[in-house]
Amino acid sequence: MAVTPDDVRHIAQLARVAVDEERIPALVLELNGILEHMDSLEQVDTASVEPTAGVGDAGLALREDTGPPLPLARPLEGFAPAMRDGFLLVPRLATHVGEEDPE
Amino acid sequence: MTAPDERRVAPDPVGAVDAAFERLTRVGAGADGMNAVLWSDRAHSLEEARALAGYLHGGGVPGPLSGVPVAVKDNIATLHLPTTCASRILEGYISPYEATAVARIRRAGGIVVAKTNCDEFAMGSSSEHSAYGPVRHPMDPTRVPGGSSGGSAAVVAAGVVPVALGSETGGSVRQPAAFCGIVGVKPTYGRVSRFGLVAFASSLDQIGVFGRDVRHAAVGMEVVSGRDSLDSTSDECPVPVYGEAGGRDISGMVIGKPREYFPEGLDSRMAGACDRALQRLVDAGATVKDISLPHTSLAIPVYYIIAPAEASSNLARFDGVRYGLRIEGDGLRSMYEATRSQGFGAEVTRRLLLGTYVLSAGYYDAYYRKAQQVRTLITEDFRRTFCEGVDVIFTPTTPTPAFEIGSKTSDPYAMYLNDIFTATANLAGVPAMSVPIGRIDGLPVGGQLMAPHFGEETMFAAAFALERTLGEEAHQ
Repeated sequence: MAVTPDDVRHIAQLARVAVDEERIPALVLELNGILEHMDSLEQVDTASVEPTAGVGDAGLALREDTGPPLPLARPLEGFAPAMRDGFLLVPRLATHVGEEDPE
Repeated sequence: MTAPDERRVAPDPVGAVDAAFERLTRVGAGADGMNAVLWSDRAHSLEEARALAGYLHGGGVPGPLSGVPVAVKDNIATLHLPTTCASRILEGYISPYEATAVARIRRAGGIVVAKTNCDEFAMGSSSEHSAYGPVRHPMDPTRVPGGSSGGSAAVVAAGVVPVALGSETGGSVRQPAAFCGIVGVKPTYGRVSRFGLVAFASSLDQIGVFGRDVRHAAVGMEVVSGRDSLDSTSDECPVPVYGEAGGRDISGMVIGKPREYFPEGLDSRMAGACDRALQRLVDAGATVKDISLPHTSLAIPVYYIIAPAEASSNLARFDGVRYGLRIEGDGLRSMYEATRSQGFGAEVTRRLLLGTYVLSAGYYDAYYRKAQQVRTLITEDFRRTFCEGVDVIFTPTTPTPAFEIGSKTSDPYAMYLNDIFTATANLAGVPAMSVPIGRIDGLPVGGQLMAPHFGEETMFAAAFALERTLGEEAHQ
């Protein structure tokens, strides 16, 4: 299986990464250069093989859902890009553009 | 816990930390030299050393790493130094919590003196993919130190610190340990808490330990191992005293030599170094058994589907909202895209695209599910081998010694092949380590030991024996 320029544009959108048009041909080549080696897996008979998710024999151990959460050594304001009144600020969603600003 | 002794405990913590900073400058570990260290705070480290000296002076009991300066890879959270994963997207980020492994190092008396350079988000095999420039090999500045934990390996090899933390997803401790001529350990999946290790591929990631010799690596591993309520994948299996494995007789130990790791095209000098190491183990009483791990050749395709797939999910959190870089756009979506495209480097972006592709509708079964199934077969290879009486497996850690900077960056898959002998242990979850076994053209090469799940004690016993019986040959 080989990716096309449109595939790269599509997966870049899914991955929320902006990719310049000039970069697309090189990415197609790079990704196909990697993916061609993955095709060797097609030759392996796995009809009766269970997939491994990789968390060991015992699976995930559950713990009591008790608090309090681990205290932070410094407040969110110290590292969050934008905050107001204890909330993280994000740009307005397109669906809300034009609505009255709560301020 | 191993009793402290003069080989690890620094009787004068302030002097030991001061000396580490002197060495750091002298060997050129900073940006104008090896570029192995990204962040350090001499005043803060000395303050911690003085506090420890006061505690010891007052009759306090020294821990197993008391006063020992330790370096930590930049993708492991520390409270007083930045944690950037060598990425622009986390530039200036200082974690509000501390990794459990770091807390355990500090509780044992270790003092963090540096955060080390690495491949961005641990994605790489050469430490060239860092936003802060490549790390240079401590013996030859034209070569890579290996990766992704290349900075940690370099500072141990250069004698700045005797112990350092790295992280493993496909060989990122063992490969740089081999390239730099030191010891590097990847524990069993679940042996060491991942709390505070910035996630790359959660089903593969483990914190690992570098040591200037097997004893330092064993004590470091002993300190960071064990159940942690903050990581539900950490295991309750008791932690043996790894440092005491050095006194264990390996007579009767069966060492498996898998034919798939010794292909016809393997450099004859590498094969020769491995044969000599195996002979030394035989001299110590072990027996060597030819074995087969038939699905080995599929490890790289499997690894480079599963790891990018998990990364594409884990790195979704870096979106400009909660921490790190934010590049404003026309709206929320354009802010996400601008932040991520300007914050991530080329290799991380490539793997995010690859991971997103193999998980996308129409390709999930052909790639991701198939890779998970073949992962089962690779794990079964190890399970069967260990059930058939093999105690430890021995292989070369890498096909070659350290390569030249820039020689593999134009071909991503050629770079990925560096992990050909190491990725299997991560996929199967078994412990593995690299021990120096010789030199090729003056550059170090390593031998890899692999053991059954939670079989670190046996693995360390073989490593101690190898180190002891090779002696100076390990560095010739």
